Amino acid sequence: MTALNATTSNVRLTAPLSRAKVGMASLIFMESAFFSAFLVTYLYYIGKSPDGPQPLDCLELNLVLINSVCLLSSSITVVLAVRSLARGAMGAFRLWLAVTILLGLEFLLGTGYEWWGLIEDKGLTLQSNAFGTNFYSLVGFHAFHVLVGLVLLIGVFILSLFGFINPARDHQRVDIATWYWHFVDVVWILVFTLVYIVGRVPQGAPA
Amino acid sequence: MTIGSGHSSLAPLPGPSPRGRFWELVMQWAISVDHKKLAMMYIGAGLIFFLVGGIEAAFMRLQLAQAGNNVVDPATFNQLFTMHGTTMVFLVGMPILLGFGNYLIPLMVGARDMAFPRLNAFGFWLFIFGGLLLYFSYVGADGLYGAGTAPDVGWFAYAPLTSRTFSRGNSTDYWILGILVSGFGSMTTAINFIATILCMRCPGMKLMRMPMIAWMMLVVAFLVLVAIPILTAAQSMLLLDRTLGAHFFDPETQGSAILWQHLFWFFGHPEVYILILPAFGFVSEIMPTFSRKVIFGYPLMVAATVGIGFISLGVWAHHMFVVGLGPVLDSFFGATTFLISVPTGIKIFNWLGTMWGGRLQFTTPMLFVTGFVAMFVIGGLTGIMLATVPLDWQLSDSYFVVGHFHYVLFGGTVFGIFGALFYWFPKATGRLLDERLGKWTFWLLFIGFTLTFMPMHVSGALGMPRRIYTYEVDRGWEIWNLISSIGVPVQMAGVAIFLWNVVRSLRKGEVAGDDPWDAWTLEWSTSSPPPEWNFDRIPTCTSARPLWDRKHPEDPDAHYE
Ligand code: HEM
Ligand SMILES: [Cu+2]
Repeated sequence: MTALNATTSNVRLTAPLSRAKVGMASLIFMESAFFSAFLVTYLYYIGKSPDGPQPLDCLELNLVLINSVCLLSSSITVVLAVRSLARGAMGAFRLWLAVTILLGLEFLLGTGYEWWGLIEDKGLTLQSNAFGTNFYSLVGFHAFHVLVGLVLLIGVFILSLFGFINPARDHQRVDIATWYWHFVDVVWILVFTLVYIVGRVPQGAPA
Repeated sequence: MTIGSGHSSLAPLPGPSPRGRFWELVMQWAISVDHKKLAMMYIGAGLIFFLVGGIEAAFMRLQLAQAGNNVVDPATFNQLFTMHGTTMVFLVGMPILLGFGNYLIPLMVGARDMAFPRLNAFGFWLFIFGGLLLYFSYVGADGLYGAGTAPDVGWFAYAPLTSRTFSRGNSTDYWILGILVSGFGSMTTAINFIATILCMRCPGMKLMRMPMIAWMMLVVAFLVLVAIPILTAAQSMLLLDRTLGAHFFDPETQGSAILWQHLFWFFGHPEVYILILPAFGFVSEIMPTFSRKVIFGYPLMVAATVGIGFISLGVWAHHMFVVGLGPVLDSFFGATTFLISVPTGIKIFNWLGTMWGGRLQFTTPMLFVTGFVAMFVIGGLTGIMLATVPLDWQLSDSYFVVGHFHYVLFGGTVFGIFGALFYWFPKATGRLLDERLGKWTFWLLFIGFTLTFMPMHVSGALGMPRRIYTYEVDRGWEIWNLISSIGVPVQMAGVAIFLWNVVRSLRKGEVAGDDPWDAWTLEWSTSSPPPEWNFDRIPTCTSARPLWDRKHPEDPDAHYE
């Protein structure tokens, strides 16, 4: 036993990593892999649609810029919400969370409106050509993830309305849940760059 | 499930009739979130699928035993090899290995359960229902003629064979959805592994004191999180193609068939390492115990594992040399493939170094892992042959490739799994498997395996393509095919003896006690089977061999760290 005692200094109690954080980080890592497949595929197909509607003719920046500003600023409002929660300011927390949710909703509705225009006016569908296929899949899967994030935030909001959120106990958890929202935002920056900037640069061959 | 009697959980329940008691027992397992129960269900289900996949293989070998045979028709043959490959990779290899991870990780790192027990149960049931969905295709999928059919596009489902034009009916959709669903299960399990290994270790268990298996599982989980989502994405695209008329993979409508190959193999190659790394872990635990030595070169082993994890993400196109990628890509992927055999070789030498000068005890688990090393070396060497581009042009899509991957997957992964089953069965059930029967299983499997797969290298080199349902006489392939088929009943006998061994030992096997092998990792410090909470008191860890330190306080490993 003496020898073992001599080695107990070896047994250091380290502050354990939070498994919620590690779990969420792993989830985000996994989702990144998923999106990278769609992003690479989009990149591969840029300029490979000889017939049908072309990106330059279809995609307009006005609406999507508004959508993007909403989504990106929602990352800021959600941080404000978490900070309010950490301070124990429940009113401010609910307010900022509501603003975040509204901004997210704007993004989704805006995307829907954009798609409506594309389908009705430009005749761009999933079946049109490689551009249509890739556009709707990539943007659609991103929008789906926004929806998931939104459901998460709405869930937190409802819990807080009924008094289930305790600042001291839960602000870390809420914080971790919002990581997902930030992730969805970052993916949008990549999608936007690829679809609306890189993908719209005029190609060599005339359409 | 069949095996196991957790000492608190399965105690006879008071009250209702035997039938009521039976359903209560079923419910107990069905709603369980205990990592040990889930693990045993994973392994049990995996073994059932192993029998199913094995029967499919037996039919193929029966058909190929002679030239011009007529046991099954060509369409059935296509379904057989598709279902065999898909089953063995996704419904046997993955669940059994993840099942072992589930069983061992908490016990080995000194935790009471996984980080997210309910997520764990969720992942398990996704796997089960994914597997059932795939097999439901036999009755549920409308084929070309309206009858039920199984998928028949091969386990890698190349485009454009999978397009609506060439694959009518729903069989391919069943393939997609079954694997998609079980893939979600694997991903949630991987998240659980990472969180458990990083966050739930007992006091003193630093990263560099973890059992090798924990390291291997950590890297496996990382690979699952990188690779499976790519397959999920590719399958989603394929589903869009097939159901909504998208144009990802159909060359007739500007799609690219090569893109499917890239996406699939970007998943596929890491996948083969997902299937082998846990088996490396089994070897790295079992070999030291029965050599009575510490593992040779622990830090190097860790480095090699992590190295394999990263390099395996950059070799996928070695499955595509015959596509005609051009000299630059061909040489690049040939070179990275050579590179990955370096860390792999390091491991082989570490295991040899572990055995070297040890007091070797050839128990059944030790036989299996020793067989593993020998067979895996052969499979690795044929792998390097295939990484040589010009040689691959000759051998690709021939039986030589089939020989290669069965040496690594059967001689490697499956032998590792059998070793692990024999080694940890006493921990999970409290009873030892019979050694005499175990040795019969080993030798029958070993001989049957060699008979079946060694000749495939020859028939492949003689030009026999894989996936043909029959062949002509006078090609010089008959004798090799006949030998391959003769190996099958030998292997079946080995598996049958194993099943008998399990049934018999559960009833009257020798009682194991906590630590039948005099081993050094934490799972052997608790009772067999362990209580639902694993450890009465959370253990502490003083070195990489915590139990050695406890058994030998006069000379603990901790002194040499
Ligand atoms: C030294 C390490 C290895 C090397 C250099 C290597 C190399 C290769 C190459 C070049 C091919 C492609 C052959 C072709 O289709 O023309 C191949 C196929 C394959 N390898 Fe390996 N391999 C190695 C280890 C492994 C391991 C550890 C596993 C699994 C446990 C594995 C499983 C497979 C499978 C399943 C295929 C065939 C896939 C298919 O076409 O269906 N290999 N290997
Ligand atoms: Cu490979």
